Amino acid sequence: MSKRSLVPIVYIIFLMLPIYWLVNMSFKTTNEIINRFSLYPHEFTLASYRTIFTDPSWYGAYINSITYVALNTVLSVALALPAAYAFSRYRFLGDKHLFFWLLSNRMAPPAVFVLPFIQLYSSVGLFDTHIAVAFAHMLFNIPLAVWILEGFMSGVPKELDETAYVDGYSFPKFFVKIFIPTISAGIGVAAFFCFMFSWVEMLLAKNLTSVAAKPIVAAMTKTSSASGYELGLLAAAGVLTLIPGAIVVYFVRNYIAKGFALGRV
Amino acid sequence: MNKTFNNKAWWMVLPVFLVVAFNALVPLMTVVNYSVQETFGNNEFFWSGTIWFQQLLDNDQIRASLGRQIAFTAVVLAIQVPLGLAIALCMPRKGPWVSVCLVLMALPLLVPWNVVGSMWNIMALPDIGLLGKTINALGIHYNYTRDPVAAWFTVILMDVWHWTSLVVLLCYAGLVSIPDAYYQAAKIDGARPWAVFRYIQLPKLKHVLTIAILLRFMDSFMIYTEVIVLTGGGPGSATKFLSIDLVQKALGGFDLGPAAAFSIVYFLIILLTSWLFYTLMMRNEAN
Amino acid sequence: MAKITIDNLRHSYLPEPKRDEDFALKRVHLDWADGGAYALLGPSGCGKTTLLNLISGLLHPTEGRILFDGRDVSNETPEHRNIAQVFQFPVIYDTMTVYDNLAFPLRNRKVDEAEIRKRVTAIAEMLELTATLSKRASGLTADGKQKISLGRGLVRSDVNVIMFDEPLTVIDPHLKWQLRSKLKELQHRIRRTMIYVTHDQTEALTFADQVVVMNNGEVVQTGTPIELFEKPKHIFVGHFIGSPGMNVMPCEVKGGKAFVNGHAVAADNAASSDGSSRLELGVRPEFVTFADKGLPVDVVKVSDIGRYRVVDTRLGGNSVKLIVPEGGAIPEGKAHLAFDKAHTQIYSDGWLVGEAR
Repeated sequence: MSKRSLVPIVYIIFLMLPIYWLVNMSFKTTNEIINRFSLYPHEFTLASYRTIFTDPSWYGAYINSITYVALNTVLSVALALPAAYAFSRYRFLGDKHLFFWLLSNRMAPPAVFVLPFIQLYSSVGLFDTHIAVAFAHMLFNIPLAVWILEGFMSGVPKELDETAYVDGYSFPKFFVKIFIPTISAGIGVAAFFCFMFSWVEMLLAKNLTSVAAKPIVAAMTKTSSASGYELGLLAAAGVLTLIPGAIVVYFVRNYIAKGFALGRV
Repeated sequence: MNKTFNNKAWWMVLPVFLVVAFNALVPLMTVVNYSVQETFGNNEFFWSGTIWFQQLLDNDQIRASLGRQIAFTAVVLAIQVPLGLAIALCMPRKGPWVSVCLVLMALPLLVPWNVVGSMWNIMALPDIGLLGKTINALGIHYNYTRDPVAAWFTVILMDVWHWTSLVVLLCYAGLVSIPDAYYQAAKIDGARPWAVFRYIQLPKLKHVLTIAILLRFMDSFMIYTEVIVLTGGGPGSATKFLSIDLVQKALGGFDLGPAAAFSIVYFLIILLTSWLFYTLMMRNEAN
Repeated sequence: MAKITIDNLRHSYLPEPKRDEDFALKRVHLDWADGGAYALLGPSGCGKTTLLNLISGLLHPTEGRILFDGRDVSNETPEHRNIAQVFQFPVIYDTMTVYDNLAFPLRNRKVDEAEIRKRVTAIAEMLELTATLSKRASGLTADGKQKISLGRGLVRSDVNVIMFDEPLTVIDPHLKWQLRSKLKELQHRIRRTMIYVTHDQTEALTFADQVVVMNNGEVVQTGTPIELFEKPKHIFVGHFIGSPGMNVMPCEVKGGKAFVNGHAVAADNAASSDGSSRLELGVRPEFVTFADKGLPVDVVKVSDIGRYRVVDTRLGGNSVKLIVPEGGAIPEGKAHLAFDKAHTQIYSDGWLVGEAR
């Protein structure tokens, strides 16, 4: 192994350190956390995890998060598909402006939208629902999905569409049976990024919910008072939030390079 | 691709347009509305013109937040972009280790932002955190909840941990797309590794580097959750960046007018800078 | 400049090759003289790019040796072999001017600036790039960029061999012949050993003094363009070269005479054949004519190419094509064909009968 490969290795070790520390903390008792500094749990305990799996306010929070993230991903990709197709195959009145306007929403600071969103979603009676968060996240995710999908679709020549029509396919049949399988990698990449941005976001998710749809990101911040007895619990909750992300990354590992290569993150 | 002109394509775009418009236009109109009105309570509003915007320009607090934000973004860009590029250059182009590396490097990007904050919160605790304890053991007095310098150091280190991988992945994808023939020709021409970097790799990475800088600029300028969980904006206001300031004002008090004016200016700053980058990027591509 | 010897070269891309199919190059043995123009011709996947990369040092051979002027260079890097290579698509340094591009290999070898200026201007003049010397290389057209790639190989005085890997692939068709002629002219002028890899027979036959035809990792025939045309040693060469390719039909040999579908045909090497194994008769359309008596055929189709016409006929189950020059008469329906004896050959299992392989 050359000296050069040392660099990525050191970097990865650096990346793993906080994760290791979090896992370490999650298995310690409160006593140990407050009273000593140790690199591994001397008093190993599963108490924190037990709390999370048995207390509905905790595991319910995870379910809430997964719910709105899944909702958001499916809806964003589903709506983005026809729009991306339109952008890739047609020119129409205002197309360039529409595209840029869509992209500009990716650049919007969530902080600007917090208060207006609270008012907006309350006024339509959607406050504290999964739909509210899913919809709010669509502000950023739909432009992203359209951008990524358009990139992949532009790589598929129009001749494919024309051949299908000549062969007698109707547009819906062509889209579902022929086109979508062709860009399946693109759909995977778009879904991955939608999942990612929705899963990690906290500001909107926390402020658009209160009890019924409270996500894990909000449930955790209530314990971030850093007083000793909450730290183990906090760490365990944190470790559990890493798992969906790790699973998703593992599944799309072959497409990571390709998705970034399109340069459309 | 030869695109045909067809206005019926609007039907395909309509759902997307409606959802995004609902989420974007309605709130923005509300914000604009508030920014030019004043209220004395009881839901009664009066036209107040540009008074909030003028106040904004004079407001020391907001100026300070802006200054901190610019400093933060500058430092973070200066570290993450060269570092990410350097790491990408050191990664193998092919082989079994590549996907392992990529997966591990992508993990920080998928951690919920509040967990990122919590992670580093715990790491940096002076007595019981890995980082905190180590630094103090080296003899440096370190407490990020009391000392602004320590707080800045921790916040920046956290952001580097969180986002450098994005730059690495982008640059890596760009590097891998350079055809072998360029490296072969350079070998035949007798070029040294530095010349290969300067004349082949760097020019071909212009596109991805622009995207990396654009994304990192935008996202670091909007940073909120990680910092709020780590330091709460403190000690004092040492790490109060623009988003934190705005949310405090918008959700904290009844000053809807000033908060709204703040929002608009904030959004405009990002929009303008991003538009500049975007045009630069498009012009590069056209070349 | 160097004499190049390929000594029993075999190459596989797999780490542990066992059977013949694992080898991209099955066995190549060639001798090339100094200063000549050579072509490696063959279809995609025949191993010609592999052979090229082995010669230039970008690949390390699995078995066998490569010698430059008798010196074994098999283990040397491309830099030390002093070769130059032009790739399928133009490889230039985008941020540099044309002048700096051409000067780059010399600067890396610490040649002094006055000498660099002399050589670069000379080469630029040869390649008709003088007008663009101060422009940025990325602004040139595809053929201009390929010229720069070529130029970087020519500026170095110590180059042993210049290799071309399908260099006209991205060039516009109407510029292809221009660049081709330029290459040929250059080769004559500076007399450096040049090896040109291509799947296009026109490029190979017009550029090279000697053509090596490859198929499936092996050398099928080496010879001048004329030799390859007039006396193909293998049916593959007959098919691949010439447009349309050689007519091939099954035949029998009895008593030193060849018979196709029961009709006697005069063949050049019929006497050497022993009548065993699979026998085929090969004759190029250029050497087939209509006659009053001879092989009876049905005229099926006439294609007008411009200066001549290609006539498709059927002889029993075989298709026989012939070329009729402008103004020549073409009978309809039934006709007779005559084959030029000197250019009609018998092939056994694909190989020319009576010749050493």
